Amino acid sequence: MKNEASREDSASQFNGENSQSKYDFGGKWQPSELELARRAARAKRNKRSAIIAALSSFFVLGGLAVIAVTSPGWKLLSDTFFKWAYGVEVLPKILLGFITNITLTTIATICVAFFGLSIALVRTSKAPALTPFRILATVYVDVFRGIPMLLVILLVGFGVPALQIQGLTNNVLILGLTAVIITYTAYVAEVIRSGILSIHPSQRAAARSLGLNYVQTMRHVILPQAFRRVTPPLLNDLVALIKDTGLVSILGVTDAVRAAQIASSRSFNYTPYVMAAIVFLLITIPLTRFTDRTLRKSIEQQNAQGLA
Amino acid sequence: MSNSVLEISKLRKSFDTELVLEDISIKVPEHTATVFIGASGSGKSTLLRCINLLEPIDDGVIKLDGEEITDVEINPDEVRRKIGMVFQAFNLFPHMSVLENIILAPMRVKGSSRDQAVDQAESLLKRFGLLDKAHQYPDRLSGGQQQRVAIIRSLALNPRLLLLDEITSSLDPVLVNEVLKTVRDLKAEGMTMVLATHEMGFAKQVADEVCFLKDGRILEWGTPDQILNKPQERQTQEFLKQVNEAGRL
Ligand SMILES: Nc1ncnc2c1ncn2[C@@H]1O[C@H](COP(=O)(O)OP(=O)(O)OP(=O)(O)O)[C@@H](O)[C@H]1O
Ligand SMILES: [Mg+2]
Repeated sequence: MKNEASREDSASQFNGENSQSKYDFGGKWQPSELELARRAARAKRNKRSAIIAALSSFFVLGGLAVIAVTSPGWKLLSDTFFKWAYGVEVLPKILLGFITNITLTTIATICVAFFGLSIALVRTSKAPALTPFRILATVYVDVFRGIPMLLVILLVGFGVPALQIQGLTNNVLILGLTAVIITYTAYVAEVIRSGILSIHPSQRAAARSLGLNYVQTMRHVILPQAFRRVTPPLLNDLVALIKDTGLVSILGVTDAVRAAQIASSRSFNYTPYVMAAIVFLLITIPLTRFTDRTLRKSIEQQNAQGLA
Repeated sequence: MSNSVLEISKLRKSFDTELVLEDISIKVPEHTATVFIGASGSGKSTLLRCINLLEPIDDGVIKLDGEEITDVEINPDEVRRKIGMVFQAFNLFPHMSVLENIILAPMRVKGSSRDQAVDQAESLLKRFGLLDKAHQYPDRLSGGQQQRVAIIRSLALNPRLLLLDEITSSLDPVLVNEVLKTVRDLKAEGMTMVLATHEMGFAKQVADEVCFLKDGRILEWGTPDQILNKPQERQTQEFLKQVNEAGRL
């Protein structure tokens, strides 16, 4: 299996459209008979692989679908979860709620990026004056990475108003947002810190010996490389963040999850939940695909540098 | 002989419980090259890092052009601008092209305009035959080319002193030669240098003075001929014998 896959990789590399221009330095080279035969053989094999893949997919997936639809419980299942007419009816409410999720995600992303970077910088710096902040940052990260986010949301959302402090907001949206930011800052700070630590110490020494100071070294040499390495995990965190904004519904914020909950409890039908899930997927699946591609690219890049 | 660019007296350096350098005193006159040889772990890299103020020292004095750079009031960033340093590996910044690598320090440290910095970088690249690589990224260069770019980059701030730490030890023999040629050219132009190396042939070619480091002390020093051909100390003789045998393998 593995062998087959790698052979196809190299085949696609050589069968590329521009293989002629790519390997033809100076315009005099003609592929030999042998090479032409090899290319033809590769093309034939690729075609056969494609046909096998298509046929097997058709029979396996089609078979599963037929089994599902003809099974005795299918009617009840589809009435409970997939009542599309009702789903379309409640969709506007869910979409309206989803705007809240997007807003929360956007604001949280900006704040988390700022605070997460700051904490990562404090934790990786060696300046003696920052020692107390370093201790605080370490405790903060350990604590908030270690407790369920739902607990943080409950503590902030219900606990803070209970303090009845003048001037502090009782707005559940803002309180929920704060809880999300507090939790995700801890995750993201750790990811960025690991990125900074993964850069070879000689890079810092090389920058410093050019006369760059600490800030210049961080800004021009260390952070650009660190960010490149942590982009895939950060994108993963972004996908998780989008989903986790749904948790603030527990405070009564009318987001997509809450909107679906209201609609569903009114009709005793679960289609609104499925609709909400689909709305989330419409954003998260493309983002996940994008993350995968970024990860693959960054691995290729590190391979090229001989670091992986 | 002209004034010393670098003067070290009674330098001492330890890491935690390990004494790494002890009683190091040398003078490096202008336009000369001093080469440190010695077994792995003898303290060559540490000495160069101390000169560049990358490591704090325990005791002693380091002077650059007669000015004490180990003075606590001195800004180490400013000292490092006057000293170029090239390491064994990982010198170049992989996220920047060759040209960007070279113009970074002139622009950020010296405050040159981009045009000025690019002009200077291009003339340096041309001088060392690497102009066609200006827009490549480091991972597309051979190891030898990478080290030559690292040397060129350290020249961009017109340093008074160049520190080269085993810059050929991660290269295969063919690539070593092109890097050595670059260093010989610099020497011919009058650059003052301190080197650490395992290449005795190289030491012979560029050194004005060779120092043999043994367990953090300078055991023997003199002209290349004195040290490499007629060493007096038994330990120097043994070290050279070992290097020769390793070379013949
Ligand atoms: N950051 C450090 N912390 C603790 N000990 C160190 C550190 N750097 C170097 N040493 C120790 O100092 C001694 C000298 O190391 P150094 O790197 O200067 O040797 P070297 O002569 O350059 O060796 P090589 O030829 O292998 O490069 C070694 O024993 C090493 O273990
Ligand atoms: Mg060394």
